[in-house]
Amino acid sequence: MAEGTRRKAVEAVWRIESPRLIGGLVRMVRDVGLAEDLAQEALVTALERWPSTGIPENPGAWLMATAKNRAIDHLRRHQMAERKRGTTEDDASLSHGAAPAAPEIETAIDEDVGDDFLRLVLIACHPVLSTEARVALTLRLLGGLTTEEIARAFLVPEPTIAQRIVRAKRTLAEARVPFEVPRGEDLTARLPSVLEVLYLIFNEGYAATRGDDWMRPDLCEDALRLGRILAELVPGEAEVHGLVALMELQASRLRARVGPAGEPILLLDQGRSRWDQLLVRRGLAALARAEALSRPLGPYTLQAAIAACHARAGTGADTDWARIVALYDALVELTRSPVVELNRAVAVSMAFGPAVGLELVDALVDEPALRSYHLLPGVRGDLLAKLGRPDEARAELERAASLAQNARERELLLARARGCSSKLNDGRWTS
Amino acid sequence: MRVMVMVKATKNSEAGILPGDPRAPAAYEKLFQEMGKFNEELVKAGVMLAGDGLHPSSGGKRVRFSGGKRTVIDGPFAETKELVAGYWIWQVKSMEEALEWVRRCPDPMPGEESEIEIRPVFEADDFGKEFTPELRAQEERLRAEIERQRKS
Repeated sequence: MAEGTRRKAVEAVWRIESPRLIGGLVRMVRDVGLAEDLAQEALVTALERWPSTGIPENPGAWLMATAKNRAIDHLRRHQMAERKRGTTEDDASLSHGAAPAAPEIETAIDEDVGDDFLRLVLIACHPVLSTEARVALTLRLLGGLTTEEIARAFLVPEPTIAQRIVRAKRTLAEARVPFEVPRGEDLTARLPSVLEVLYLIFNEGYAATRGDDWMRPDLCEDALRLGRILAELVPGEAEVHGLVALMELQASRLRARVGPAGEPILLLDQGRSRWDQLLVRRGLAALARAEALSRPLGPYTLQAAIAACHARAGTGADTDWARIVALYDALVELTRSPVVELNRAVAVSMAFGPAVGLELVDALVDEPALRSYHLLPGVRGDLLAKLGRPDEARAELERAASLAQNARERELLLARARGCSSKLNDGRWTS
Repeated sequence: MRVMVMVKATKNSEAGILPGDPRAPAAYEKLFQEMGKFNEELVKAGVMLAGDGLHPSSGGKRVRFSGGKRTVIDGPFAETKELVAGYWIWQVKSMEEALEWVRRCPDPMPGEESEIEIRPVFEADDFGKEFTPELRAQEERLRAEIERQRKS
């Protein structure tokens, strides 16, 4: 095997094993930073040894045993140092809780491996962390991405991400975040912050907020994978299935929503035969699970139900816009989000005509949260165009383009602005 | 990336031998259980998108295309080793990851020599510039046609 192939093989093992490995180590050493260091050291050892010995029969157990030995070494050194200083508490290390003694580690390793992923995801998405920190830590600890990969995905310099991760680990230690996996209602209460992070990662891949590429499908895949894993771990949680359904359905359109030159194609213009039917079916199945578990429906399940309306329509003209409006009504009720209200306005315009839609959009113009949101003038421009007011429409679309941060999206808006004088546009702002 | 993972047929799979069959090798007893566990692991890892086992080729048919002529051929088919006995669709990060998962797969055909084949699925990127506006227009026409037939 060539050197590159060998490294890739070890990386593949790492990707499969690292969440369980780090999660198990966190349980033992009760320190996220130390757990990751130990796991990384085990990986380095694997990279040195496996090329000559071959990948062991059970690579996960091998990595865990190697990391565990390091953990025991570390804790012995730590305890010795503490004895020398005559102190057992308040040391400079960031680990907290009583650091377990070496023999406890031996038993800890065999406990409840199924919880390790969950523990890690709850810690990485802990509410004490900023959203940015949660995203970086989740991709790093659970997605198995390197700092460099995360930096590339979010178009941020690598040191920024590295620092974000270091600071996040410190915050977790200082906040003395508990490492026990909560149960029942306590667990349910912690999930929204996890789901938010997964959907944020997905969305950054689905409609990149910055840069030249409109989509980064790898991020969508990472988020989807984590969502699918989570749904298996907490199968009784409706909103987890709701989020998975939403991501599956949106991902089913990935290959249809970008043109040959990388330009975005909006939902109603997409060739529906290019929608991925495997993902559509998975999405509808996940939605059915979510709906069976919850009354009333939560925000992700409602959004998935809206996406399902599109997935079920053979053509754009078959879309059940009245049902979509009803689902948006429920979603507005639940979220009180102006962005959701804007989406609802689009659905209303499709169901009941552009004039009614425009009225709703106009009511949102002074909304502070939408002040720099490019899709507000984008939608307004489309509705004005439909109503035969091309000059106002063009001005709005140009304003939308000036607000858009993504180059591809800006081009699309400008093209639509140019198109305003020649012919009427129809509003197609859901995607 | 998405891959199709195919379990190739063997004499036993083509004979339709399932666990419990008196002709089945002893190791078949554990096979269903082990395969079930492996599948569960794949699902729990968010890797498996779909998968199924196939009936022996005696239950299948082939349609041969030759110069505008179509001929139906009844199974079973020869070249057992080239036939597919089951498949998965996996979502993985790399071919190496797919290989690592196959390495963990229990022997699908205990008592016989068998193969598992991994093939990457074409993705939009693979077509690159080939997917021209003309092709797209053609696809749109096709779609409209299907739609027309569906409604009539």
